[in-house]
Amino acid sequence: MGFLCHNDAHLSITAIASGVNVSAMSPIPQVARLSGRRLRIVRERLIESVLMLAALVAVFTTLAIVYILVKESVVFFRQVPLWTFLTDTQWTPLFDDAHFGIMVLISGTLTSSAVALAIAIPLGTVIAIYLSEFAPFTVREVAKPFLEMLGGVPTIVYGYFALLFVTPLLQKVLPGLPGFNLLAAGIVMGIMIVPYIASISEDAMRAVPMSMREGSYAMGATRYQTATRVVVPAAFSGLASAYILGISRAVGETMILAVAAGMQPNLTFNPLEPAATVTAYIVQVALGDLPHGSIGYQTIFAAGLTLLLFTLACNIAGHMLRRRFREAY
Amino acid sequence: MTAKIQAQRDLVAIRKLIAEHQRWDAIFALIGLACLMIGVLTFLALFIEMAVNGLPRLSYEFFTNFPSRRAASAGILSAWVGSTLVMVVTAVVAVPLGVAAGVYLEEYAAKNWVTDVIEINITNLAGVPSIVYGLLALGLFVYQFGLGQSILSAGLTLALLILPVVIVATREAVRAIPQSIREGAYALGATQWQTVSDHILPYSLAGILTGMIIGLARAIGETAPIITIGALTFIAFLPPAPVTAEPPFLNFEWLTSPFTVMPIQMFNWTSRPEAAFQANAAAAGFVLVIMTLAMNGLAIWLRYRLRKNIKW
Repeated sequence: MGFLCHNDAHLSITAIASGVNVSAMSPIPQVARLSGRRLRIVRERLIESVLMLAALVAVFTTLAIVYILVKESVVFFRQVPLWTFLTDTQWTPLFDDAHFGIMVLISGTLTSSAVALAIAIPLGTVIAIYLSEFAPFTVREVAKPFLEMLGGVPTIVYGYFALLFVTPLLQKVLPGLPGFNLLAAGIVMGIMIVPYIASISEDAMRAVPMSMREGSYAMGATRYQTATRVVVPAAFSGLASAYILGISRAVGETMILAVAAGMQPNLTFNPLEPAATVTAYIVQVALGDLPHGSIGYQTIFAAGLTLLLFTLACNIAGHMLRRRFREAY
Repeated sequence: MTAKIQAQRDLVAIRKLIAEHQRWDAIFALIGLACLMIGVLTFLALFIEMAVNGLPRLSYEFFTNFPSRRAASAGILSAWVGSTLVMVVTAVVAVPLGVAAGVYLEEYAAKNWVTDVIEINITNLAGVPSIVYGLLALGLFVYQFGLGQSILSAGLTLALLILPVVIVATREAVRAIPQSIREGAYALGATQWQTVSDHILPYSLAGILTGMIIGLARAIGETAPIITIGALTFIAFLPPAPVTAEPPFLNFEWLTSPFTVMPIQMFNWTSRPEAAFQANAAAAGFVLVIMTLAMNGLAIWLRYRLRKNIKW
C-alpha cells in the first residue's frame, strides 16, 4: 500500500519536474519546457559522473597502493641491491650489521602456509563435496551459516586461540614444542581458510549440470563414485581456483602469525620452530617506533611489495580459472 | 551346468562389488560429516575456551575502565569507544561510495574497457591482504595527507578495505531487480536517476544493508592495518566528545584524536606473558566475537528473510 502511494506521488513530481506530459495540464511555455529538459539532461549527466567517480575510487586505490609501495621500495632498493634482497640468508634490518634477506621471512610464510593448506585443502574439499553431493537439505541449511560464521571470526581471536589453546594442546603430543611455533599458527590458519575454500569449491560443484550426475546415476554409480569421477573432474578448474585463492589468503594472513608464531626471523622450513613471516615482520616494525624515512621504515614497504606481487599473481590465476569454470557450462 | 555356476559366481561377485561401493559411499558420507564437525567443533572450542577464561572478567567495570598496568582493574573503555568511532567513519565513507559504485556498474556503466578495468580492480582489491591496506594508509593518509595516527586515518583505511564487499553486495541486490521495474519507470517518463533513486535503491535496500553489515563486521575485527598505521596500544583517555552542550553542538576534533580499538587491545593483552592479562584478552575476545557473530547473524537472517519474502 505504502508502495502505491509513494509511486503516485512520484508520478506527479516526475511530470512537473520533467515537463513531458504537462502541456495538457498546465500552461508552461515551450521555452521553459525546453530549458527544463536541458537542465534535466545536465543533472542526469552530473549524477552519472559522480557515480562513476565513486566507481573509479577502486582504480585510484589500486594505483595508490602500487604508488606508495613502489615509491618507498625504490628508495630501499637504492641502498640494498635486489639480488642481495633475494639471496641473503639473514634478516637483521635493525642491527648495526644490517642484512636484508627476504628469503628468511618468506621461509616462515611458506612453511606456515603449507601447514595451513595441508589442513584447509583436504577439509575444504571434503566439506564441499559433502555439502554439494551428500548432505540432506536441512544439514546444508544449518551448516552453511555456521561455516560463514567461522569465516567471520576476527583473526586476532584465532591468534589468541592458536597461542593459548592449540599450542598447549600440541605440547602434550610434542613435548619439545616451543611456545611460539609455525605449526599451531598454521593449523588454526588452515581452519580459518576452510570455509573460504569450501564455499568456492561448492559453488564450482553446483555449477556442474544436473544431467551429468543423472547420467552417472543411471549407469549405477553411487554418490561417492559420481562425486569423485564426474563432479570433481568437471569442477576441477573451480576447485583449483579455490585452492589458489586459499593460498593467497594464507600468505596474506597476519595476526594469527604475529601472535602465535613469534616475531623472530628464522630461516627454516620446520613447522615446529618459531619464525617470523613477511606479514608478522610488518606488524613488528609498526609496533615499534621507527622514524619516517629510515631504512627500517622502508623495509616494510619492500616486504609489502613482495607480498602484494605474490598475492596478486595468485588472485589473477585464481580468478582466471574461476571464470573458466563459469563459462564451461 | 558350468555356465550356470559361472552365472551364480558372477552374481555373487557383482553383489559383492555393489556392497563394497555402497560401503564406500557410506564411509565417505561419514568422513564428510566428520570434516564438517571438525569445523563446528573448532568453533565451539574457541567459543567455550574464551567464555571460560573471559566470562569471570566481564563486569560493568570492564566496560567502563581504561586499560591499566594492573590486570584486575583494566578495562576496554577506550577500546570500544575507539572501535565505535572508527566504525562510524568507515560506514560514512564506505557505504555511500560502495553503493554509488555498485549502482554505477549495474545501471549506468557502458560495456567498454573503462568498466572492465574498474571490475578487475574491484576483484583484485578484494584479494589484497589487509596489511597492505595498512601500508597504503601509512604512506598515504598518515604521512602524505598528514592525517596522523588518528581515528580518521583508521576509518578511511577500513573503508577502503570493505569497499569491495559493499560494492559486490550492492551489485547483487541491484541485479536481482527484474527489468520490468525499470521499464515501468521509464514508460512513465522517469529519468534514469529517478528510476534509480525511487525504485532501484529502495528495493535493493535490504541487500545493500546485508553487505554493509558484513563489511562492518569484517572491519571491526581487523587488526593488522590499524597496527600498521601506528595506532597506540595503551590509551588511557577518550577522544573529545562528538556532541557538545554549546553550539554548534557537533565537534569534529575526535576525528584527529589518537585512539585504540578492540582488536588491538586484545592483541596487546594476548602478547603479555601474565595469565591475568590473558584472561582480559579472553574477555575482550569474547566481546569481539559476540559482536561480529551478532552482526554476521543479523546479515544472514536478513538475507534469509529477503530470499523468502520477495516475489517479483
